[in-house]
Amino acid sequence: MADFRMPSLGADMDAGTLIEWKVAVGDTVKRGDVVALVETQKGLVEVEIWDAGVIEALIVPPGTKVPVGTVLARLHDGASPVASAPAPVEPAGPAAPASTAVAAAPALLPEEAPTRVLASPAARQRARELGVDLASVKGTGPRGAITIDDVDKSSKPIEPAPEPAPRAEPAPGAGMRQAIAATMARSKREIPHYYLSLDCDVTPAMTWLESENKSRTVTERVLFAALLLKATALAAREVPEMNGFFVDGQFRPSNAVHVGVAISLRQGGLVAPAIHDTETLSLIAIMARLRDLVGRARAGTLRSSEMSDPTLTVTNLGDQGGLTSVFGVIYPPQVALVGFGAPTARPWAQGDLLGVRTVLTATLSADHRVSDGHRGAVFLAALARLLGEPEKL
Amino acid sequence: MTNQALRAALIEALKSVAPESDPASLGDKERVRDALDLDSMDFLNFIIAIHRDLHVEIPEGDYSKMQTLGGAVEYLQTKLPTA
Repeated sequence: MADFRMPSLGADMDAGTLIEWKVAVGDTVKRGDVVALVETQKGLVEVEIWDAGVIEALIVPPGTKVPVGTVLARLHDGASPVASAPAPVEPAGPAAPASTAVAAAPALLPEEAPTRVLASPAARQRARELGVDLASVKGTGPRGAITIDDVDKSSKPIEPAPEPAPRAEPAPGAGMRQAIAATMARSKREIPHYYLSLDCDVTPAMTWLESENKSRTVTERVLFAALLLKATALAAREVPEMNGFFVDGQFRPSNAVHVGVAISLRQGGLVAPAIHDTETLSLIAIMARLRDLVGRARAGTLRSSEMSDPTLTVTNLGDQGGLTSVFGVIYPPQVALVGFGAPTARPWAQGDLLGVRTVLTATLSADHRVSDGHRGAVFLAALARLLGEPEKL
Repeated sequence: MTNQALRAALIEALKSVAPESDPASLGDKERVRDALDLDSMDFLNFIIAIHRDLHVEIPEGDYSKMQTLGGAVEYLQTKLPTA
């Protein structure tokens, strides 16, 4: 038996609204399956499950807003019968048919034995919302159990559920802005930031990439951003104080490097989902993930693991506008944020010679509770070195 | 393909990249990326959309010729097969 709870999809999330179940009672699920669609202040997120088994009960009905940590569904391991089920639950398997939803319905009721009315938790919840007395509802489920449909049908139109008081329509993007404000305010309140910057000669990297892209079709081309993400991940591997979380008063370094990528949304605001295991991916793979993430971020179909897993974040101003540097605010509970300005042609001394090179300013915002300026400088130096050897990325 | 048809195809490609934008209102000499707030990923997707729709492969070195709708029409006319 395992509980599937409303996940925290970022430091800014206190609650989420369950929009849709992607599974039904009786469905077999495995680790990583998308089981629900949840709305947060930052938009819709496809929520994955991290236990394997058979869905035993969907406790929270769609449309319900619940706090982080609320049990949304119960999961049975599929290996042993459910206590109150009349027949053994089929073992977890890859081909559990959807029709098992009905057969497994009695498994919805393991804690209902003392009550006189048989009803699933979801049906009870719906009955509370609609003000329906379960004793007056005729159950059509197995053993006469009351289902959500039974409750809905019993809901009397002349006694509608009380409507919330009319509210002023919030401005578009207000929720997103509130979420960003809350997170950034918390960051500035709790994290003693320090900031460093380093100008990097990225002429070799740009030249190398241009040459590489010449041999690629248009759909295979790699953006310079992919090099920046890979270099950041490798530098984080070298300086682990930049990669992990500060929780419960101490730093917990992460074994994996999941770089969060700040993506601006067209309707305003931004999200920073993770590219998992960034340092292990080729540039082409990073590019594919980046394209996929940007598309899904703007379409509102990010996954919960992408929202909750970043171990450090990169914000990249891109090549527009000529802004040369950005000093970002760390996204708690992470401990570092790396910023990249636009690569620009600048005067650059090399030995005794002064020339014009393509220069990019890399910045680091880091948590002084975890590292000092010296380690931050080591990180940025590693980043510059890695960008100077693009063929090794 | 006429210049007008080519312009319409480019507008469709831009709409597919930035559905909320109004590329039809762009002037011929207006910089597309600035006007529609396209980042480098959007611009690459625009180039890919042109490849998909018009079967033209645009080298990175020619991106500068695609900065405005007018420039893009002129450039693409040299790449498209003549009737």
